[in-house]
Amino acid sequence: MSEAEMEYVYAVGPGGLALDRTAPVAGVDGGTVRTVGGARGLTALVSAVPADRFAEEHLAPQLEDLERLEAIARAHHAVVDAAFATATVLPMRLATVYRDQTRVAAMLDEQHAYFEELLRTLDGHVELGLKVYAEPRAAAPAEEPEPAGASPGRAYLQRRRAERRRAQDTYGAARDTAEQAAQVASALASARAVHRPQQGEWSAGRGENVANEAYLVPRQHVDRFRTELGALASDLPGVTIEVTGPWAPYSFAGGVAS
Amino acid sequence: MRPANGQGAEPVGQPPVALIDLLDRLLNGGAVLTGDIVLSIADVDLVHINLRAVIRSITGDAPGPAIIPPRAAPSRLEEI
Repeated sequence: MSEAEMEYVYAVGPGGLALDRTAPVAGVDGGTVRTVGGARGLTALVSAVPADRFAEEHLAPQLEDLERLEAIARAHHAVVDAAFATATVLPMRLATVYRDQTRVAAMLDEQHAYFEELLRTLDGHVELGLKVYAEPRAAAPAEEPEPAGASPGRAYLQRRRAERRRAQDTYGAARDTAEQAAQVASALASARAVHRPQQGEWSAGRGENVANEAYLVPRQHVDRFRTELGALASDLPGVTIEVTGPWAPYSFAGGVAS
Repeated sequence: MRPANGQGAEPVGQPPVALIDLLDRLLNGGAVLTGDIVLSIADVDLVHINLRAVIRSITGDAPGPAIIPPRAAPSRLEEI
């Protein structure tokens, strides 16, 4: 490896973690994904990245460029997802970069006990995302009845009042649904992580995101999780529940609090 | 040539992952290592804060909270 390259680390898995050679996945910037083994039975998935793009002082500006950030994030996820299809892996945070392969192997050995314990906890589980949205406009009746004989000004005020009431009702229903959903989800999950609600264009079309959570779910409960959560908001106009995943356990790779 | 299932040439199965869902996980989640790391934890947090600013500037959204609270730690549930 030349001086001008560093190692981007995607995930850590058990010893003997193998890459599927029949369906190779490219890493960040098209790099070839390899395994690096530690001395104590753990494996890291890495690819070489150019030092001039990934050195500390050059990385942060790239991550502020949304297109560049997306390219790195999607490449990172593709590698993690491919590995997660065949083994329990611990995904690294975005842009975890080491100077060289020797340092990656040393990290595996230093963190050996911690990784082993986490991998045991996460084994047999997947992460499922749970999001609840409120969209008052979706709760509006198809046709607003015009109050008979009302002046335009009064009709306008009545319409505004009805809209405001509907919005309050919808947000209230969405919050109630989110609480109920958390209970149903928790009963099927081993752990829960709460993310910030998503804002702006990210939730466009679905209304406002009122809950954005992740659950660590045993594989055998995944179908039940989808079915039970999907049924919760089916008859609530303006309230939507979205289940995402299965994901590799990103939200639980920092540990599961006891 | 269309596959026999009539689904077209699109990959069958999961819809593409939404970028925001991915960023929630890659910038808030993932194992954070200590040691010989080039990008420090503080830098990642800084990136995240900057990112939110970028998103806001793109969307022209109403200003979000000035201070972004730390991610709630995953909590172990009652044993089931």
